[in-house]
Amino acid sequence: MSKQIKEPFLHITKRKEMPARRAWAIRISAIVAALIVCAIVTTLTTGLDPIAVYSAMIDGAVGSSRKVLVLFKELAFLLCISLALTPAFKMKFWNLGGEGQVLIGAWATSVVMIYLGGVLPNGLLILVMLIAAIGAGAVWAMIPAFFKAKWGTNETLFTLMMNYVAIQLVAYFIILWENPKGSGHVGIINQSGREGWLPYIGTNSYLFIIIFVAIITIGMHVYLKYSKHGYEISVVGESQRTANYVGIKVDRVIIRTLLLSGAICGFTGWMMVSGTDHTITTSLAGGRGFLGIMVSWLAQFNSIAMVFAALLLVFLEQGAGEISTSCGLNQSFGDILTGIILFFIIGCEFFINYIVHVRKSSGKEEA
Amino acid sequence: MFDLVSFIPRAIIQGMPLLFGCTGETISEKAGSLNLGIPGVMYVGAMCGVIGAFFYEHSHQGTDLNPFLAIMIPFLSCLIGSLLMGLLFAVLTVTLRANQNVVGLAMTTFGVGFGNFFGGSLMKLTGSSVPSIALSKTSIIFSKSLPFANDMGWFGKIFLSYGFMTYLAIVIAIITAYILKRTRVGLHLRAVGENPATADAAGIDVNKYKYFAICIGCMIAGLGGLFYVMDYASGVWSNDAFGDRGWLAIALVIFTLWKPNIAIFGSILFGGLYILHLFIPGAGMAVKELYKMLPYVVTILVLIITSMRRKREHQPPESLGLPYFREDR
Amino acid sequence: MRNITKVFGDTVANDGVTLDIYRGEILSLLGENGSGKTTLMNMLSGIYFPDGGEILINNEPVMISSPREAFDHGIGMIHQHFKLVDVFTAAENIVLGLEEKGKLDMEQAENKIREICNTYGFDVDPKQKIYNMSVSQKQTVEIVKVLYRGADILILDEPTAVLTPQETDKLFAVLRNMKKDGKTVVIITHKLHEVLAISDRVAVLRKGQFVGEMITAQTNEQEMTNMMVGRAVELNIDRPEPVDPKPRVKVEHLTVKGPDGVMKLDDVSFTANTGEILGIAGISGCGQKELLESIAGLQRVEKGSIQYIHESGESEELLGKDPLRIAEMGVSLSFVPEDRLGMGLVGSMDLTDNMMLRSFRRGKSLFTDRKTPRALAERVVDELEVNTPSVSTQVRKLSGGNVQKVLVGREIASAPTVLLSAYAVRGLDINSSYTIYDLLNQQKEKGVAVIYVGEDLDVLLELCDRILVLCGGKVSGLVEGRKADKRQVGMMMTKLGGGSADE
Repeated sequence: MSKQIKEPFLHITKRKEMPARRAWAIRISAIVAALIVCAIVTTLTTGLDPIAVYSAMIDGAVGSSRKVLVLFKELAFLLCISLALTPAFKMKFWNLGGEGQVLIGAWATSVVMIYLGGVLPNGLLILVMLIAAIGAGAVWAMIPAFFKAKWGTNETLFTLMMNYVAIQLVAYFIILWENPKGSGHVGIINQSGREGWLPYIGTNSYLFIIIFVAIITIGMHVYLKYSKHGYEISVVGESQRTANYVGIKVDRVIIRTLLLSGAICGFTGWMMVSGTDHTITTSLAGGRGFLGIMVSWLAQFNSIAMVFAALLLVFLEQGAGEISTSCGLNQSFGDILTGIILFFIIGCEFFINYIVHVRKSSGKEEA
Repeated sequence: MFDLVSFIPRAIIQGMPLLFGCTGETISEKAGSLNLGIPGVMYVGAMCGVIGAFFYEHSHQGTDLNPFLAIMIPFLSCLIGSLLMGLLFAVLTVTLRANQNVVGLAMTTFGVGFGNFFGGSLMKLTGSSVPSIALSKTSIIFSKSLPFANDMGWFGKIFLSYGFMTYLAIVIAIITAYILKRTRVGLHLRAVGENPATADAAGIDVNKYKYFAICIGCMIAGLGGLFYVMDYASGVWSNDAFGDRGWLAIALVIFTLWKPNIAIFGSILFGGLYILHLFIPGAGMAVKELYKMLPYVVTILVLIITSMRRKREHQPPESLGLPYFREDR
Repeated sequence: MRNITKVFGDTVANDGVTLDIYRGEILSLLGENGSGKTTLMNMLSGIYFPDGGEILINNEPVMISSPREAFDHGIGMIHQHFKLVDVFTAAENIVLGLEEKGKLDMEQAENKIREICNTYGFDVDPKQKIYNMSVSQKQTVEIVKVLYRGADILILDEPTAVLTPQETDKLFAVLRNMKKDGKTVVIITHKLHEVLAISDRVAVLRKGQFVGEMITAQTNEQEMTNMMVGRAVELNIDRPEPVDPKPRVKVEHLTVKGPDGVMKLDDVSFTANTGEILGIAGISGCGQKELLESIAGLQRVEKGSIQYIHESGESEELLGKDPLRIAEMGVSLSFVPEDRLGMGLVGSMDLTDNMMLRSFRRGKSLFTDRKTPRALAERVVDELEVNTPSVSTQVRKLSGGNVQKVLVGREIASAPTVLLSAYAVRGLDINSSYTIYDLLNQQKEKGVAVIYVGEDLDVLLELCDRILVLCGGKVSGLVEGRKADKRQVGMMMTKLGGGSADE
C-alpha cells in the first residue's frame, strides 16, 4: 500500500550563516525596493513626479551648508538616543522609554536653568544642569529596571508607560513656568542673559553637540565591544543561565546597564535644552525615543552601522520638510516614507535569517 | 457641587475610543501578539473613515445625505484601512517573524504620518483657512442619539444620550469577553497566546489564529479612531488631535488585566480622569496635566503589583511578544 | 510494528524493531537510557515518521503522520514533558484542540471528565488550574485528556519518574482499571520492580534493537537486567592508579528539593578525593544535575553541607555561595555542564569570547583582554584537534563533539582542583569520546578531584576509580570501579541498595 505524506508547499528553515556581503546586498536592495514603492505611492497619492519629489528631498536635506549642519545636528540627537538604548537591547531588555528619559533629562535641565540661572556662574550652572539631567534620566530608566530585576515586571510595557508619566509631568511644569502666562509655552529660558546656554560657535552651538555625540558613539562602540561591562551585557543577553554559571550577577547588570541607558538619554535632553532649543515642550523628544529603537535594531546593535541607519531616517525627515514647502505636501509625508522603508528593511531580515524551500513535487510523494 | 450627571456622559465619550483600542489590542495580545502599532492603526482607521465621509459628503453638496450610506461608507473604509494595517503587522511578525515591538513602532510612525498627511491633503482640497476638516453632516448622523433620550431626565442623559458607536463599543467588548472566555475559538486563541507549542500539538493552527486575532483586533481598534472623529470630535479632523490615546488604550489593556468586559468600566474611568479637572472647581490648568498622568501611573502600579503577587491569571499571556517557529521547539 | 527503523543523522535510534502489542494487556518497554524506547513509541503516536518498516493495527497497515492521526487510530501518548497550558483549568486543557460541533459546553465536558474519573478511579478536579497542580495531578490530566479523546492504546513514557511511591501505586491502580476495561497500556520504564508490579508482558530494547520479550510472570529481575545491559563490553579506556588520594570535597546529608517540592536529592553523603575519578551512576533524572549544581553553587539546597578541603587541610563550606564567591575563595572549580550551549557556552559568541567567560574579570583594567583567551582558544583548537574554520567562528556552528572539546578545554585551562562533568561524552563520536577520557585522566594524574556523571555503565566501570550509584535521589551504593560488576551496578541503579543478585 502506498503512503501519502502531505508536505507543506513552502518549508522554512533557519539559515546557518550568510556572508555579510550578501546580507548587506539584501538590505540595500530592500531599501531600493522601498524607494520604488515610495515613488509609486507618491505618484498615486499626489500626482507628483517622484523624481522631482526625491530631488526636492535631497535638496532639503543637504542643499546648503546650513542644511547640512542642521542635518548633522538632527543626526546627532537621534544617534545619541539610539546609542543610549543599545546596551539595554543587547541585554534583551526592551527599553521603550527613551522618549521619557530624554524628556525627564530636559526637565531636570530646565529646573536648574530656571531656578539657578543667574545664581551660579555660567560654567558651573551648565555643569549642574548636566549632572541633574544625567541623574534624572538614569533614575527614570532605573525604576523599570529595578522592578524587572527584582520581580520580572514586564519592562516593555513599564518603560512605555513611563514615557507618558514624564510627558504629563513636563506638561504640568510647562504650565507652571508659562511665559507669557496663558500661552501654554515656556518660551525661551533666560533669553536676555543666556544663563545655562551652551556657548555658540558662529550662530549656534550645533558643533558642540555633534562633537559630543561623536565621542559617545566611539565610547559606546568601545564600551560594548571591548569593556568587561560590555562583555557581561552580551552574556546576560544571550543566556541568563550562562551568566549565572560564570558568576555574573544578572540583577546588578540589568540595573547598571539601564542606569547608563537612562543617563545618556538624560544627556540628550540636556543637549536639546541647553544647546539648541533653550526651552522645553512635551514633544521635545519628538518620537526619537521610538525611532532610536529602530535605528538600534536595524544596525544590529553595531554603533558604527547605527550612524548610517540614523542618517537614513534623519535624511528622510529633513528632506520631507523641504517637500512640504516646495511641492506643497505636508511634513508627515516623510513619516509615510519612513514607515514604508522600515517595513521593507524589517521584512528583509527574514530572508537573511531563513531559507524558504519550495517543494517542486505536487505536495504528495510516494514513501 | 460635583455635577455627576454631566460628568459621566463626558467621561464615557472620552473613554469609548480607548475601549475600541483596548478591545482590539486585547484580542491581539491574547493570541500572543503585542501590537504596538495600535496607535497608528487608530490614526489610519480614523483617516480612512474621514476620507470616505469626505468624498461622500462632497458629492452630495446641498442635498441631504442618505443616512445609511453616510454611516456605511466611512465605516467600511475605516475597516478596510485598519484591516490592511493588521495584515501588514501579521505578515511581518507571523510569516516573516520580525520583532513585534519594532514592527509595531514602525507602524505607529507610519500610521500617524498617514493620518496627518492625508488630513493635510484634504485640508488643501477644501481650501479652508483653519487647519481642520469639518464633516458635520456625517457626524450628526453618527452621533444621533435616541429620540426620547432628552425626555428622560438624568437617566436619559447618562444612559441614552450617545451615538450608536458607543453602544457598539460596549457590545463588541462584551462579545469579545464572551468569545474569549466561553467559546472554543476563544479557548484556542488563548492557548495560542499562552503556549503555542501546546496549541500546535493539540492540532490548532497557530498562525491562522494569530492572523485572525491581529486583523480583527486592528479592525476594532480602527473603529476607535473613527468614533473619535465622527462622534467625539463632531466630525472635525485636525492633525495630531487624536494625541496619545492609542497608548492609553494599550495601558488600559494592562489595567484591565486583559479583560474587555472590565475594560468597559476601565475606559470610562480613564476617560473620567482625562476630563476630571474640568469638574473640580479651582483646579488650575497645571493640575489638569497631573490628572492626565493618573491613568499611566495606575497602570504602572497594576503592572508592578501583579508581577509581585505573581497570580497567574493576572499575568500577560505567557508567550506575548515571542514569535512561534515550530522547528524551534 | 514491523521492522521499524529510524535514523537521526548518524545515529540509528531504532534498527529493525518488530514489536507486537495485544489488546487488553499492559506491556512494559524496558531498556537503558538511549536504547530507543521513546523514539519507537513516538513513531506509534505520530511524532516521528519511521524511515523504514510499517505499522499495522488489527492487521491493517496504517499511516500515522501526526498526533491527530494517531488519535484517529485510538493511540494516545503521555510524554514526559507535559503539554498543558498552565493558566487553563484541567477541563479546558482536556478539550483544547477538539473540533466538536456546537458551542463549547464546559459543563458537559466536565461531566464527561468526571465520568472518566469515576470509571478508572482518577482524582481530578476539572475546574482546577494546572499551575496549582502537583506533577502527578498534571500527569493525570494528560491521561484523562487521552482517554477523553477515546484512545484505546495508551503509551506512557516513564510515567513514574516524577512520582512518589504512593502516587505510583495510585497510577498503577488506575492502569489496572483501564486494562479491565479492555484498554491497552504500554509503559516505558527502566525500573524493574515496576515492570514486575504492573505488566503482563515485557519487551526489552538495547541500543536501538529489539532484544527479546517475556511474560512477566515467568521472568525475574536478574534475567531482565541481563537482557537490558547486555554483556560487559571491553572499551580499553586507560585507568591509571590514583596517586596519594586525599579528601577534597566532602558532601554530607545534602538534600535538595525541586521547584515543585519533589525531593531531588535525599540525604546524600560522599567524599571526592584528589587524583581520583569518582563516577556517578544512575538512571537519568535521579539527582545528578542537582548534585553537580549544588557543588558549583548554582542550586538552592534544603540542608546539608559541602566542605572543600584545601591543600593545607583547612576546610571551607561551599554551600550558600555563588560561583563568584567560590572562585574568590581561591577554589578552582571547573564544571562541564550537561547543557553545553545553554549554560556552559554562549552559542552566538566565537571561540575566543567563550574562552573569556571564566577569565574575563581578571585584572583591574576596565577593558577585556582578548589576547590571552585568543591564545588559549588557539591552543585548545590545536591540542584537542577542534575542527573549526577559525577561533572567530561562532560556537553554535560547530558540531557537538567540537563544542564539547571547546568547553572541556576551557574548563581544564584554569588549572582546576575540582572538575565536575555531566554526560561529558553524550552525543560524541568514538574518537572525541576517547579524547575526553584522556583529558579526564590527565586531570586525575595532576591531582584533580574529578567527578564524572555518566550514563554508559561500560564507560563508568572502566574509567572511574569509585562509582557512587544514585537511585531516586538517594545513595544506592558506592562501589570500587575495578571490582564492580556491571549487573550489580545495574541493579543498584534501579533499586535502592540493589538487593542480592540472586533475588
